Amino acid sequence: MPKSVLAGTRIRDLRTGRGMRQIALAATCGISPSYLNLIEHNRRRIGGALLNRIADALETDPSALSGGAAATMTSALDAAAEAHRDTRPERDRADELVSRFPGWARLIEAQYSEARRLEQIVERLDDRLTHDPFLSASIHTVLSNVTAIRSASAILASGEKVEPEWQARFHRNIYEDSQRLADATETLVEYLDAEDNEGHSGSLPQEDVEYWLTDRNWVVTELEADPGADIEAIVKGSDHLGSDAARHIARQFLRQYAADVFAVPSVPLKEAVAETLDPIRIATRLGVSLPTIFRRLSTLDADLPGDGMPFGLVGCDGSGTLVFRKPIAGFDLPRYGGACPLWPLFQALRQPMTPLQHVLEVSGRDERRFQTCAVSELGHPGGLSGPVVVTGWMLITPMAQIPDHVVSQPVGTSCRICPEADCMARREPTVFLPRYTSGGLP
Amino acid sequence: MDERRVLLIEDEPNIIEAIRFILSRDGWRVDTHSDGNTAMDAVLRRGPDLIILDVMLPNKSGYDILNDLRAGDDTREIPVLMLTARGQKKDRELAEKLGADKFMTKPFSNGEILATVREMVG
Repeated sequence: MPKSVLAGTRIRDLRTGRGMRQIALAATCGISPSYLNLIEHNRRRIGGALLNRIADALETDPSALSGGAAATMTSALDAAAEAHRDTRPERDRADELVSRFPGWARLIEAQYSEARRLEQIVERLDDRLTHDPFLSASIHTVLSNVTAIRSASAILASGEKVEPEWQARFHRNIYEDSQRLADATETLVEYLDAEDNEGHSGSLPQEDVEYWLTDRNWVVTELEADPGADIEAIVKGSDHLGSDAARHIARQFLRQYAADVFAVPSVPLKEAVAETLDPIRIATRLGVSLPTIFRRLSTLDADLPGDGMPFGLVGCDGSGTLVFRKPIAGFDLPRYGGACPLWPLFQALRQPMTPLQHVLEVSGRDERRFQTCAVSELGHPGGLSGPVVVTGWMLITPMAQIPDHVVSQPVGTSCRICPEADCMARREPTVFLPRYTSGGLP
Repeated sequence: MDERRVLLIEDEPNIIEAIRFILSRDGWRVDTHSDGNTAMDAVLRRGPDLIILDVMLPNKSGYDILNDLRAGDDTREIPVLMLTARGQKKDRELAEKLGADKFMTKPFSNGEILATVREMVG
């Protein structure tokens, strides 16, 4: 039997045969070009609503792409075989397996799907371990304390002669480190318990939305092309938005995004940015609110003129809870708990409609400087009789160099992982050791 | 015989004390430094036979310091033992790519670090 042609390959062949660019098909179907690329290279399985949309865009029948149920199963088996080449499966006989032993084929496909799902969870957890500043700092603290305790106790237990002064020193160190270890472990357990209580496996709804936006490079091409595009179709086309909560957050984000594009379309935005990157001047020139410009600038990473740097963006509600986090390298944004109370974002909540510009120096292992502009706006979604809803936004831009006359303000990510022991705004102890200066032992 | 010199660049004070004790007892002269920004100055000033370098340091990462060490005429040949709390393959690969001679993951034992240091500067 001939080897089946995979759905992704069919899509690619059909698209190129019609002279359609990958980016155009992706935009039409409401997915990112990178995701379509994965599909076309048979690295993502496709079916359901997305298959129908691609078929519509290519003016063909969905079954022509999928090749029917048998072909879909063959595609799945081929993907499984590709992932385990070392087992040397007879890939040219996958069709035969599907037709003669459909139950076994379904079992292989189910096990492969489950393995992929678990791999994705592991990838996310690993990503969190790497990029979640709180988790990373906590684990570093735990391992450092364990190392110190292990070394000191091994010295004392070695049986070799240790001077009384050193014995006392190591006993004291073990005591101090064991206390820090207990504190850090307790904090870590609380943190992980908080995750369990959210009832998810690997990520929170807000994180799902952030993964989804990261995959799109934080740009919604469908809404850039047409702010009236079908938001529900965009949401349904995403594999990242796996929960009702995530889809709800995504819809809110997309409605805001559409309104922003309607107020500031891409062309005038880029024209303004070509002249200045000052968000206040751009907002004045285009006659829109500063938060609108913040949000629009945060979509421009790939388009900034000259050596312009990308923008990070963080938003909070009136309680100070972070509700939007577009990260930027070096400026860690906490996933849980409160952020640093010294962020201008929170000062802006107290002074609505007043932009606050600052140069911030982020405390930590790698101190870096950023230009920030923060502002808050008031809303009355319930009319005059309803509550006033305040929302804060802070645009973040890295600074390669800082002029000597500019005074920077030290800030952190959150108190738990901030090493600034003397901070007047600290609300809870840090899991870090106090700052240690060089010099060693007497 | 000249005294063998180790420069320990690490910011956790109790780890510094333990390593310093272990190596001093083995006949090494141990200098310490804890700030990433001034680590290169300390290396040039101390002229160590071996550097033990933690990855997570205040102000500048151990990887950046290693990069500077391998770019300096006077420092590129100094053996470097990297210490880290993360022992993933990609961390090890990054250390090797930047020119680390050895890579050790916390928590390590006293015997491991002593044997490694002896092996690196025989």
